[in-house]
Amino acid sequence: MKITVAGTVKEVADGLTVSQLIEQENVETPRYVTVSINEEFIESGTFETHILKEGDEVEFLYFMGGGAYAFYQ
Amino acid sequence: MPFTNEQLERYSRHIILKEIGAKGQKKLLNAKVLIIGAGGLGAPAALYLAAAGVGTIGIADADVVDLSNLQRQVIHSTNDIGKRKVESAAETMRAINPDVTVNTYYQFVNSDNILDLIKDYDFILDGTDNFPAKFLINDACVMAKKPLSHAGIIRFKGQLMTILPGEGPCYRCIFKNPPPKDAVPTCKQAGVIGAMGGVIGSLQAMEAVKYITGVGELLSGYLLTYDALKMEFHKIKLPPRGNGCAVCSDHPTITTLIDYEQAVCDLH
Ligand SMILES: [Zn+2]
Repeated sequence: MKITVAGTVKEVADGLTVSQLIEQENVETPRYVTVSINEEFIESGTFETHILKEGDEVEFLYFMGGGAYAFYQ
Repeated sequence: MPFTNEQLERYSRHIILKEIGAKGQKKLLNAKVLIIGAGGLGAPAALYLAAAGVGTIGIADADVVDLSNLQRQVIHSTNDIGKRKVESAAETMRAINPDVTVNTYYQFVNSDNILDLIKDYDFILDGTDNFPAKFLINDACVMAKKPLSHAGIIRFKGQLMTILPGEGPCYRCIFKNPPPKDAVPTCKQAGVIGAMGGVIGSLQAMEAVKYITGVGELLSGYLLTYDALKMEFHKIKLPPRGNGCAVCSDHPTITTLIDYEQAVCDLH
């Protein structure tokens, strides 16, 4: 089936779960990524059971620091 | 107050823009922007906002300029090593544009001082590098209803979003809690390409200018990501505000500010 990941259409196996997609996409911080499907966030506890459907639009949102050091006390 | 001849010339490229004009330039001169962090993101943002004639710029940072900063923190020079970053940044901004009043805050942000720090400003720019500070700034801006530009950079990537409290989603709508220490890489551990701060910090300055002048559409309800290696910008549409968010929903569960444990990259 076809899904869209970060704006790019991809062919993936039917029945693919969000966890499997995370692995396939080599997500660097799989435990701390936020996933949105069709513009809705899904609970991180459901990644293993959530099965993707044809046409799903998936986005990975990552924590990113950067900027100035020594900021917070 | 009418423009002086010098101001008419200095801001002529703004004034000639039909979206800005003399009216927009007046708004900039009357505006107050607070930049938290005089580092990779705050440095370019401060340069452009000072050059644009933002009348009052606050800059908060508790660090001093280090040699390793100069690869990306373009507001500081080699001669500034050892100097307080807020002082170094203020000197550069005043040299660029004497119209700007710079307020310096040589201090850490925490739950005791953040609300007081942001209260007199129209727009807040988050240029911090660590998650406790990012969550604190987000929550404080939501509670005080202050518009905020949030950003992050690492390696060859960067991202930003504009948060309009009460209207669009906030940082905590996406990320519920800070990650544990060392769970995600920081700039110090992973590195960052110097120009990334220039790209993303300049976009933050752009959002501040647009907010002040009321021009165009703000980056509210979206997270804009930039991948320099692929040379791709990608705009991720976010779900609407609230939706169970602990701080910005109509029935928040977080109503006081939280000092999270300090992340590892904060102090050297
Ligand atoms: Zn929120």
